[in-house]
Amino acid sequence: MNRPHRAHPAWWAFAVHRASGLALTLFVPLHFWALGTAIDGEAALDGMLRWTDNALVKFAETGLVVLLAAHMAGGVRLLAVEFLPWSDRQKTAVAASAGVAIAAGLLFLFNVTAA
Amino acid sequence: MADTIDARIWRGGADGRFETFSVPRRASQTVLDVVTYIQRKLDPTLSYRFACRVGMCGSCAMTVNGKPRWTCRTHVARLEDGPLTVEPLRNLPRIKDLAADMAPFFDKWAKAGGRFVPSTDAEADFAIVEPASAERRAADAGIECIGCAVCYSACDLVSWNPDYLGPAALNRAWTLVNDVRDAGNADRLDAVAGDAGCHACHSQQSCREHCPKSLNPTASIAGLKRATLRAAWKGGP
Ligand code: HEM
Ligand code: SF4
Ligand code: SF4
Ligand code: FES
Repeated sequence: MNRPHRAHPAWWAFAVHRASGLALTLFVPLHFWALGTAIDGEAALDGMLRWTDNALVKFAETGLVVLLAAHMAGGVRLLAVEFLPWSDRQKTAVAASAGVAIAAGLLFLFNVTAA
Repeated sequence: MADTIDARIWRGGADGRFETFSVPRRASQTVLDVVTYIQRKLDPTLSYRFACRVGMCGSCAMTVNGKPRWTCRTHVARLEDGPLTVEPLRNLPRIKDLAADMAPFFDKWAKAGGRFVPSTDAEADFAIVEPASAERRAADAGIECIGCAVCYSACDLVSWNPDYLGPAALNRAWTLVNDVRDAGNADRLDAVAGDAGCHACHSQQSCREHCPKSLNPTASIAGLKRATLRAAWKGGP
């Protein structure tokens, strides 16, 4: 499906940044809505938190943490491209931001499963 | 390796089709050699453009196996295996066969303030520009552009926003922003700061990836992003 002119790391990094940005736009309101249930009293929040104990939900949460980390690391990379003097290590920069995203996901996964 | 090449060549305008020709394989053969062989020996009605044959004029660029490339310096032996597919450049109207209409591309150079605006009259002495100065080096980095439109054809933002000035015109504007003899920067920064200017670029870097001269329009555009922001900060446009 992808076209040959796009077959390079910086293009894939763009695709991840856009996909994660859009996914976050959908998720962040949901997140604040969940926090908002705390205002309705402890019972509602507890119900919500019990729901998040579910393994499937944890798995989905890890995905969201990876998305946020990928978007943040990619965003910092883009700001460096656009506001710092040019560096020829673009592939390294893309790889490093991917590494940050995966590391954040793993840390989160270990934490929630350890608890 | 087969001693003939199956060359799939685009024929017609926007609603054309591919036609396959069988071309003898030669040593050190370029894609332009293949196209020229077809036109000279197999079908004289084939339309395409070239001039210098040595990578200086920028007229021979086409889409080869899906990627924009200069055909006079693209060796068939170094391409991916399989049939050779040649189409006109993307992001430009197709005139006929392999010839794309370059007018929108060059119109955007003018729109981006690509014209040099002299700051002195013709009587003035030669300007002295220190080779080691930051401005001179920034201009040097982008000045070897041959106007081939490979970058323009590689850029998704041009496909998504037909008004986007594109990497080559913005790279040209950046060389002039750094030309200390030029007096046109206020208008030029104004021209490149709009919706279809440098801030439309998402730093996908396809331009830099494909430029046959190894230029870096992404870095030039980043320079314009900073220069236009600085101008706006200082109460510019
Ligand atoms: C936390 C730190 C964040 C940083 C450093 C960051 C950085 C950036 C940058 C630099 C861009 C421009 C990308 C480009 O030029 O292509 C961008 C785009 C975007 N961001 Fe973020 N962002 C952050 C958080 C978020 C959050 C929390 C959301 C969602 C609520 C979000 C949603 C988006 C969307 C939808 C885009 C547009 C994507 C595109 O045009 O390709 N961002 N972000
Ligand atoms: S870096 Fe900017 S100009 Fe170059 S291909 Fe990407 S979007 Fe287009
Ligand atoms: S910047 Fe490179 S790809 Fe773009 S027109 Fe100039 S030489 Fe061609
Ligand atoms: S024919 Fe001049 S650059 Fe290819």
